Order: sequence, then C-alpha cells, then structure tokens
Amino acid sequence: MKGLSPLLITAIVLVAGFAACAVQFPNIASTRVIGNLLTDNAFLGIVATGMTFVIISGGIDLSVGSVIGFTTVFVALAIERWGVPPLVAFVAILVLSAAFGAAMGAIIHVFDLPPFIVTLAGMFLARGASFLLSTESVPVTAPIYSTVSDFALRMPGGGRLSAIAIIMLAIVIGGALLLHLTRFGANVYALGGNRATASLMGVAVGKMTVKIYMLSSLFAGIAGIVFSFYTSAGYSLSAVGVELDSIAAVVIGGTLLTGGQGSVIGTFLGVLIQGMIQTYINFDGTLSSWWTKIATGILLFAFIALQQGLVALARRPVAKRVGAAP
Amino acid sequence: MENSLDPAPSLLEVRGISKSFAAVRALQEVDFTLRAGEIHALLGENGAGKSTLIKVITGVFPRDAGLVRLGGEEVAPRSAKAALEAGIATVYQEVNLLPNLSVAQNLFLDRQPMRFGIVREGEMRRRAKVLLADFGLDIDVAAPLGNYSVAIQHVTAIARAVDLSARVLILDEPTASLDRHEVEILFGIMRQLAKRGIGIVFVSHFLDQVYEISDRITVLRNGRLVGERETASLPRLELIRMMLGRELAETTGARTATSDRLPREVCASFQNYGKAGYVAPFNLELRHGEVVGLAGLLGSGRTETARLVFGAERADGGQAMVAGASIRLQSPRDGVRHGFGYCPEERKTDGIVAELTVRENIVLALQAKRGLHRPLSRREQDEIAKRYVKMLDIRPPDPERPVGLLSGGNQQKALLARWLATSPRLLVLDEPTRGIDVGAHAEIIRLIRELCDDGLALLVISSELDEIVTYSDRVIVLRDRTHVEELSGEAIDVTNILGAIAADGAAMQEARA
Ligand SMILES: Nc1ncnc2c1ncn2[C@@H]1O[C@H](COP(=O)(O)OP(=O)(O)OP(=O)(O)O)[C@@H](O)[C@H]1O
Ligand SMILES: [Mg+2]
Repeated sequence: MKGLSPLLITAIVLVAGFAACAVQFPNIASTRVIGNLLTDNAFLGIVATGMTFVIISGGIDLSVGSVIGFTTVFVALAIERWGVPPLVAFVAILVLSAAFGAAMGAIIHVFDLPPFIVTLAGMFLARGASFLLSTESVPVTAPIYSTVSDFALRMPGGGRLSAIAIIMLAIVIGGALLLHLTRFGANVYALGGNRATASLMGVAVGKMTVKIYMLSSLFAGIAGIVFSFYTSAGYSLSAVGVELDSIAAVVIGGTLLTGGQGSVIGTFLGVLIQGMIQTYINFDGTLSSWWTKIATGILLFAFIALQQGLVALARRPVAKRVGAAP
Repeated sequence: MENSLDPAPSLLEVRGISKSFAAVRALQEVDFTLRAGEIHALLGENGAGKSTLIKVITGVFPRDAGLVRLGGEEVAPRSAKAALEAGIATVYQEVNLLPNLSVAQNLFLDRQPMRFGIVREGEMRRRAKVLLADFGLDIDVAAPLGNYSVAIQHVTAIARAVDLSARVLILDEPTASLDRHEVEILFGIMRQLAKRGIGIVFVSHFLDQVYEISDRITVLRNGRLVGERETASLPRLELIRMMLGRELAETTGARTATSDRLPREVCASFQNYGKAGYVAPFNLELRHGEVVGLAGLLGSGRTETARLVFGAERADGGQAMVAGASIRLQSPRDGVRHGFGYCPEERKTDGIVAELTVRENIVLALQAKRGLHRPLSRREQDEIAKRYVKMLDIRPPDPERPVGLLSGGNQQKALLARWLATSPRLLVLDEPTRGIDVGAHAEIIRLIRELCDDGLALLVISSELDEIVTYSDRVIVLRDRTHVEELSGEAIDVTNILGAIAADGAAMQEARA
C-alpha cells in the first residue's frame, strides 16, 4: 500500500539486474551464491532495517556504523580479555547500545536539535570510544563463534543459509511486521508526515523519538554482534561508512528521505541490490571493488530522481481534486 | 462569573489564565466557563487570543498563570495527548491531519482497534466508514488522506475529534472550508453531542453561524475577556461592538450603483476556455475597473476556473486574450508576466513562509516578478510592508515579526498583501475574507471596491453570497463544473444566485446522501 510503486520499481530493478548477471555468469543463479550474498550482507540488512524506521520518521542516524565498530571491539574484549561469558557480553552490549540510541533520541527531542547533528556527534563518540578500548584487531576464539559459523541450513542446490543470514531474515520480517502492523509503526509514519501535527493529534512525539533511535541503535548492536561472528574478530575500524550504505539501501528501497513513506521490504530489496552488484564484481574478477560504490551511487541518484518524479506526479491529481465535491 | 443560580453545572472552568509570547501578552487573566450540554461560541478579532486560549487549555502551550478545572477537578494537561486523555478533544485551527497516512489511520491514530498487539486494519476501516457516514461521506478510507480535497480533510479532522470527545469538544474555525451542506451536517452532530451533555466550544468569524448554533458567547479582545452573554439576548450590533471595541462603519450596505460608470476596457478575455474533466469550456470577459464574482457550491468549479484564468492549470482548448492579442497561458509564470495575480484558497499551505517576516512575505511575489537582478532596496521593502500592514490592519503592526507567529487571520492578511503589492492588472482572489474577522472583513470589501475604482480587474470567489452581491458588477454562477448563469446589474441578488445554484440542488443533495 504505502510506497508501493517505488517498491515495485526496486523489485523490477533487482530481478532484471539479477537476470542480466545470470546471463553473463550462469553460475550466479544458484542457491550457493544467494546464500553467500545473504551472509555477506547480514549486518547491513539488520542496520538498514533500523535505519528505515528512523528515515520514515523524518530523521537520520549516522551513528550506526560506529556502533557496529564499538560492538565488535567490546564483545571481543569482553570475551577474550575480561573473561565474560559470550551471552552475557551480548546482552550487555545490546543494553548499552539501546541506551546510547535512547540518549540520542532524547537529546534530539528535548533540545529540538537536528538528528543529523546529534547522530553525527554520536558517530564520533562511538568510534572514539572503540579506539579507546583497543586500536588493534582482537581475534575471538570462543567456541560459540565456531559453532555459529558452522551452523547452516542446507538449501536445495547446495546453498547454505547461515545462522547470521537467518538472524537477518528474522529481523527484516520482524521489522516489517512492527512497521506495518502495529500502533508503533503507524506512529512512525505519523512523525514523518508532520511532527507538529502528530503531536496535536495526541501522538507522544518525545517518547516515539526516543524509541525510534533506541531501536536503530539496538539493531546496530545486533548487527555488530553479527559482524563479529562474520569476521570472528573485533576491530575499531570495522564497518566504517556502513551508515551510508544503509541509508543508500533504504533510499533505493523506495523510502522517502524526507520521511512519511517507505517500507522495510523495500529496504531489504535495496540491500539485495547492493549485494548483487558486489557479487557481480566478484564474479567478473577484473573490476575493482570500488565499482560497487560507483554503481550504488548511480543507482541512488536514479532512484532519488525517480522519487522526485513520482512525488511530482502524485501532487498533480491532488491539485485537480482540490475542491472536488465529496 | 460564578453564578450559583445557574442550573447547568460548569464543566470546564478557566480562571485567570495569562500567557505571553516574549513581549506579546496574548492572554491576560482570562476567565471562561463552559457548561455541560451547551454550545459556547468564543469570539474576537483576529489576534484576540482565541486559538491561544484553546492551546493553553489543552496544554499545547504552557500557561503563565491561572487554572483550569474540568468537572470541578483541577487539570493541567501538558500535551495534546494528555488533554485528550482527560476528555478534551480539539480540532485546532491549523487542522491539517497527516496526508501521508490513510483516512482510516488519521481517524484512529494512536487509538486503533488492536488484537494481540496488532492493528486490526479491517475493523479500523469498517469503523472509519461508519464514522464518516455520519458526515455524509462515502470515500475509500484506505487511500491516503492527501488524495482528498481540503474540505474532506477538514471533515475527517472534525469526525476524529467528535469521535474522541468524551466531555469537551473544541472546534477552532471548523467551518472555514466547508460548504453550507456540510456545515448543516456538522451543526446537527454538534446538537446531538450537546444533548448528550458534552460541552462544545465553537470559534468562528461567521456570525450567522454563531447565532444559529450557539447558546452562549464569550468575547475576547486584545487578550482580555470582554464578557460572556447569552446568545439569544445579545443583539448583533452589540456583539460587534464587544468584539471591536467600537462601532463598525457601515460598509456591507447597499450595492454601489454601477450603471453610471463608463463602459470599460477589456483586460483579458477567454473564449471556449476549458479543460476536459476539470471545467467545461467557458467564455469570460474581465474588464478594467470591474469585479466579477464567482458563486457556486464547493466543488462547482470556482477554484478550477480561477486556476485556469491565472495559468496555474493548463487549458486543453480555447483561447486566452489580453489587449486583443492571443496569449500563451501555460504556467503561473505566464500569468504573472501578463500582470495576473492569484491569491489562492489554501493560503496557509500554499503561500505562507512561516519563518520569514511579514515584510519578507509581503515583498516575495513583487521581488519574484522584478527578477533577482533588480532587488528591492531595504527602504522600498520597508515602505511597502508598512503601507500594507496599515492598509489591512495587520496586528501586531510589526513588519519584522515572523509570519508564523501571527494569528491565523493576520497571516491571511499578509498573504493578501503579497499579491496586492505586485500591482497586478488582473487579480484573482479565492475566498479573500475567509478566516478574517468582522472588522477586517469590512476593510477588505472596501479595499476590493477601491482597487476596482483604480482600474484593476478583479475575479473574486466567495461562498458568502451577501459579500459577492455587495461588490460584484457581474456574477457568474457555477454548477457541476460548468458556468451556468451570468447575472449583472439589478439581477444580482442573493435570491437569484441561490436560484441558479440550486436549480438542481435536490439532485445534489441526493447524490451526497
Ligand atoms: N507561537 C506564537 N509565538 C508568538 N506569538 C504568538 C504565537 N501564537 C500566537 N501569537 C500571538 O498571540 C496573539 C493571539 O493569537 P491567536 O492565534 O490566539 O489569535 P486568534 O484570536 O486565534 O486570531 P484568528 O482569528 O486570526 O485566528 C497574536 O498577537 C499572535 O501574534
Ligand atoms: Mg485563531
């Protein structure tokens, strides 16, 4: 319903792109490649889901990449150096990152500051804190890590659906349900439509803002844990620039940067498109991996232009209907 | 005004409320009493403090002093949400609901029917349909609200508040964009609610409506309470005197004799001009020094005609001519180039730049017309701003105030000034007096006559027939997006216009029901 037509276009781009890749490299169309694609982009899918909520509500969260970096370092140190049981370390970091997001949301609301500035500060803060903890890469050797890495569901055709891919899919589905089926989700759209109006209509705008940034940071924390499973290490420089990748995924997925419209499913498709470009480049072998960024940039540009066009189109019939008899 | 003999119990008591915005004292020790089951009109000039009082009561603005009692107990809501929970539902003046959400979500935002933490979409839509059916609306409630006309959005906002109102319902200028039929439905619903013991506060500048619906009137002036009266025992002139603090100079009297004026030059003419599915082709001649009124029901094609004439909408047939030569009229820019001005109906959403000052808002269109390479000097800007602030009596008379901080009616005056400042040769005004108080209303009507004496051609849309009759030299009546009748000279009177509008009124009524 909401944002359907941009979503449809994203889906078409994905399918057409995938078909084009498969024509050139028939091997791409296998569950093995798809399984890997999901695994490689699991952390991105998780943060981008959180980012979708933030952007639909009319905000932005630049701190998520740093939160992922901090999480990997914190978890690695806690398990390897401080001797904390892994599960306790996970719970601790999730509580910490949720609190961090809640604090940013509260600052944004109470001091009426632009989310861009507050989360930019958060980004520096979290990145700086992870350097304080350790500047080196800390390998994690706890048994739970190898257990998780080894776990996978077999898919027909020999592909493996890894544990972290499953976590990502669960979060995407959970996020979609939360956004589209609950009162919380409706309020997210309301905030993005117009904060002042939402407030006059009785939405607790302050609480919502806190919850939304809390959710985004919490998802960034989960993404951090997933990232540390993925790399089996904690490193303060990991996930630099992921906030931008996730914003790109959200926008390509048809969510309006100005808020008020969008969907988690679209974001998921946006993540898949980025993963598909990456996969294509890997298959090609001769292209530099920076081509991913260039292709993403071009796509992003095309999608924003497209959205502007759609918005303009959507306005015109409204103008016509003004004053129309009910 | 406590009165122990009063039979109806006080439902909402407001005592000694004061509220200042920086240097502006918007409210000073205002008392207000709403009894259960009454419809209470809150009146006053633009900027008198009506909307501010409402927002202080509902906790949108913190108050500086005073107290509010609801059903005898002191309440101090700190947000619109808290006020709602206490049982006070409000349609604020700047209603705008959320155009990106569906109609149903707008009606039930934050109170959707739920099961197991999940919104019951189907049930919500069903209830939304039932709710809107009371207002005679049968629309697709799953579609985004922004797809619908302003009037429908307004009705939706009212329906939401009516459905929410547990004890008190506050309506700040709810009827501003409704047509007669919708106003009647609203009044019917208000009376029903009042019978159930709900207290209703009604703000309006339409005095006819006030006398029709209200039991009691409270008047504010310059942020102070002037008095509370029973409607039945308050003559209209006395009420106006209470609101203005002076007598109203008689302006809305007889029509100016038009026959003695010289035959006028044609300013612009339109032949077979129209657009399929928008307005049927029409012929229209606009002459210098002449006011043409457009009358008709909401949705009859008045605004559409205005947009075509200005160039805001492209015609798909016919010819537009200025000074005998055919012109291209494809965009508002073309319109401005030919000296047309258009003051749209939705001034609040279409025109105002809330952060800019009154001066900047006034010179905006003039500057755009001159082009960026010929900037207006600050002195010229000041002069223009000062002239229009005075002419339209914009209050407070401070050109350096951000427009967003003015009261609703004063914002509209500033936007009217913007178009007047471009000194157009043809000016299209869509509901120029809507939301404007009785005093300024008369001023604007006087202004329209003056402009026309100065040789301007005017095309004015208004729902207030008395007003149209007062200033128009010709009246065009629209129905179902077609120009059906043109009245001129002695034929212009309310009865004739109504006759033309209502020729198939019965059929319309049925279609709506
Ligand atoms: N947010 C604000 N900041 C500063 N001043 C304000 C603000 N809101 C209102 N005012 C001022 O308070 C005074 C009262 O405004 P208010 O909106 O209550 O008038 P009103 O009676 O509702 O008028 P109208 O009929 O035009 O809607 C005005 O002088 C206005 O400029
Ligand atoms: Mg007001």
